[in-house]
Amino acid sequence: MNLSLHDNEYQITSVYDINYYSIFEMRKTWWKIIGVGLVFYTLIAGLLMEAPRLAILNETIRAMHFHVPMWFGMVIMLTASVIFSIRYLRTGNLKYDIYAIELVNTSILFGILGLATGMIWANYTWGAPWSGDPKQNASAIGMLIYFAYILLRNSITDPQQKAKIGGVYNIFAYATLIPLLFILPRLTDSLHPGNGGNPGFNAYELDGRLRMVFYPAVIGWTLLGVWLTELRIRLSFIKSKIDEED
Amino acid sequence: MIKQVISIFEKEVRLEWRNKTAFNGILLYLVSTIFICYLSFNVRTGQMQTVTWNALFWIIIVFANINGVAKSFLQEGEGRMLYYYTLCKPEVILSGKLIFNILLSVVIAIIGFAVYAIILGNQVSNHIYFLLTILFAAIGFSGVLTLVSGIVSKANNSTALMAVLSFPILLPILLMSVGLSKNAIDGIDISLMNDKLFTLISVDAIVITTAYILFPFIWRN
Repeated sequence: MNLSLHDNEYQITSVYDINYYSIFEMRKTWWKIIGVGLVFYTLIAGLLMEAPRLAILNETIRAMHFHVPMWFGMVIMLTASVIFSIRYLRTGNLKYDIYAIELVNTSILFGILGLATGMIWANYTWGAPWSGDPKQNASAIGMLIYFAYILLRNSITDPQQKAKIGGVYNIFAYATLIPLLFILPRLTDSLHPGNGGNPGFNAYELDGRLRMVFYPAVIGWTLLGVWLTELRIRLSFIKSKIDEED
Repeated sequence: MIKQVISIFEKEVRLEWRNKTAFNGILLYLVSTIFICYLSFNVRTGQMQTVTWNALFWIIIVFANINGVAKSFLQEGEGRMLYYYTLCKPEVILSGKLIFNILLSVVIAIIGFAVYAIILGNQVSNHIYFLLTILFAAIGFSGVLTLVSGIVSKANNSTALMAVLSFPILLPILLMSVGLSKNAIDGIDISLMNDKLFTLISVDAIVITTAYILFPFIWRN
């Protein structure tokens, strides 16, 4: 057993035909540097730069640079996960399944952070951490769906079976999650900024100063999430290799 | 193909007809749950608050559905699955089961509503929309539960897993139905309800389409 992670010709070969780096040129460092740089920029600019003062929101508008990117990152990574699940079902190659599950794991982390940051913000703006807002409820249900996905995977032992059934559930869950997150909250009034007459980040209110931090924040946090996922995928490959050698 | 679907549907109905245990079980489940609610809320007919009445109704319907529809694949043995596999396409199996489950689910909901209305009082003012809500909710429920039942039958066949997996996925449909039926109870203007009803129908369509696309993958094992 001789694993050297920083070796360039390091490659896992196994019955799964895991040919990781030929598919995904993810080991390059430039995007990691960009991701970390953008997150640092968000931290500094988001907390120190001038922000527009809106009624009710006031300075708490800065939470947008940390709370909203969590949801953007979560949805982007869940979408990627569904694409990998579809690719797994089409090809039967287990490496796509590992991509899918690890993307879901990171999404759950982002979702929990999104809920936590939202609750801290809501505590000061709405007066209580949990106000039964439709978007709050929908994201909590979304978390439940993906916890169920993890549970389902853990209850099956055979790796092919686990991957196949997990993939089916992942796609099905995504198909019901999208109406939950994007249609249902729009049918009722939400307490969230920009809904139901609350001041928010609409086209005319999201002014240049906020945009200059918000868009980099979304990209930065998402890249950080992808990096985290990439590390977990590599760990997962090493584990499956060790399992095989035993 | 249509012939095959019909014969699978017939087989399900006949099976249900011959050993009425399943259907009677659900019926008893419904009646006793409603009666327990009646006793524990300690209400005289027609005195319950509308919100409570509505929420309680949907909770009872959801649990009766999970108990009733869940069996569709769980009761099939390994051998019989293999037998079906040699006979027909997965889409045919799914269609047969789905039609039967929708029927079962609608019957559960309508009987449930009748018993509920008799014991706890009928507070609905727009019956047409209430029944439409029940119908489309039943279609959505059975779509979700049929596929999840197929998934669970390939995992470890436990009812606990069935509940855990189907519950969060049922929630969007459930939330929409609760909202709609609240409107129907209050007798809100129809033009306000149509939008929500169409959303419910489109979610049903999404659920059933994905079920059709995904079912062959869990069937082919």
